[in-house]
Amino acid sequence: MTHRFRDLLALEPLTADELSFLLDQSKPFQEIQRHPLKKLATLRGKTVALAFFENSTRTRISFGTAASRLGADTMNLQAEASSLKKGETLLDTAFNLNAMKPDCLVMRHAASGATHYVARHLDIPVINAGDGTHEHPSQGLLDALTIRDRLGTIKNLNVTILGDILHSRVARSNIHLLGKFGCRFTLCGPAMWAPRELEKIAPGTPIRCVYRIEEALEGANVILMLRVQTERLNEPALSSDDYILLYQLNAERLRSASRDAIVLHPGPINRGIEITPEVADGPQSCVLEQVTNGVAVRMAILYLLISGATETDTHPALEMKPKESANASD
Amino acid sequence: MRIVEKAQLMSAPEIDRTLQRLAHEIVEKSGGTKHLGLIGIVRRGVPLAQRIAQAMRGIDGVDVPVGVLDITLYRDDLSKVAPHAVLRSSDIPFGVDNMDLVMVDDVLYTGRTVRAAMNGLFDLGRPKRVSLCVLIDRGHREMPIEAQYIGRHVQTSDTEIIEVRLSEIDKEERVVLVDRVE
Repeated sequence: MTHRFRDLLALEPLTADELSFLLDQSKPFQEIQRHPLKKLATLRGKTVALAFFENSTRTRISFGTAASRLGADTMNLQAEASSLKKGETLLDTAFNLNAMKPDCLVMRHAASGATHYVARHLDIPVINAGDGTHEHPSQGLLDALTIRDRLGTIKNLNVTILGDILHSRVARSNIHLLGKFGCRFTLCGPAMWAPRELEKIAPGTPIRCVYRIEEALEGANVILMLRVQTERLNEPALSSDDYILLYQLNAERLRSASRDAIVLHPGPINRGIEITPEVADGPQSCVLEQVTNGVAVRMAILYLLISGATETDTHPALEMKPKESANASD
Repeated sequence: MRIVEKAQLMSAPEIDRTLQRLAHEIVEKSGGTKHLGLIGIVRRGVPLAQRIAQAMRGIDGVDVPVGVLDITLYRDDLSKVAPHAVLRSSDIPFGVDNMDLVMVDDVLYTGRTVRAAMNGLFDLGRPKRVSLCVLIDRGHREMPIEAQYIGRHVQTSDTEIIEVRLSEIDKEERVVLVDRVE
């Protein structure tokens, strides 16, 4: 079954079938990460614009690596150096980038919905690399791919998400993806970061908020850690000492989870705050696999969107120039 | 435009006999099966490569390794393949360095698939020798590429299509020539 995608803005509107297709299409690119020569010429001559209006290291490098391994060139826009600082509107910046004729725009922005807004005004595929507290679709996909590789399935799992869920687009993308495969979610963190309203963000998906970490970890197959933004940890609401005491994932607490439970973290890790080095570097941790899979998932996304946008509507069997089309298998 | 079947080029027993002959030819010209590896090109090259490997087992009693190569990502015509953008996994379970590799495909036509397959193979290492085995060579090359092992030469016109139907994929076993009619 083939699926067509114009943009990739969020996982929430996608069906389980479409999500499976995206994960399956990442497999050939996982193999390429193991090749001695990792560079393809598939998107030679294409240009991917990377517009990160909010700081990012991993995601930007990952998309840049994905583009270059597919043979595409990249244009880079970084927040600090951009004209936004000089008062240009977001849309003007996007139009100016688009005027340099990229074939795809990868965009991150601190405001939820900013990527949708820009996508509505551009005729090239737009990929959301994280918008505010809304979604981070490529992260959701790479997490699901990592889980599927380790546990053999993403169906009907108990997923525990730990940390600042309220502000996390990673948590939302994961809930919207895994929820469509029958996963059940337990959200755990300080009450201000795991409000009960979150139980209703994905109708049809069982989500519960609990406030004791031992209870949250019980029977978990997947533990999804979120980065604690240390600037949000301050007296008197919650000091980092309190956070460590109440919510840090350490080896002892990990034992309440299922024996083969895996631990994911989107990075960057605050060692010794939300997770102990023992767990982060332990056999249950998938942190570095996530990073490797990130490149594969992003190659699949870029390939699907850019080749989809290049596509001619004619079916090859009925095309008038027979020489180009006959024996498609040849 | 309609697609009509013009002729049957090969029956099931003919396909089988041809593959047996190709297996013998490959073993003969390679001086045995040492360092030999078969690379089936997705899709119909894969079952053909597996059948040739099976035939070689009968000749030499040795299991010749078979790899699977999907060339979609190595094509030179992104816009043309997009309607079938479904990527399949390549799986070459042996090191290609210093190997004597035979790529296997159903039909040799423009030569572009073979060009793409060679790019894919050389990303995996440095084989000692690469040759090509096809069930049908229908001419009309657009590149300086020839097959070393050929099941059958067929003269075709531009509008004709050769369809190799194999039981593993198509639930029937024969080779037909079809044509487009206005």
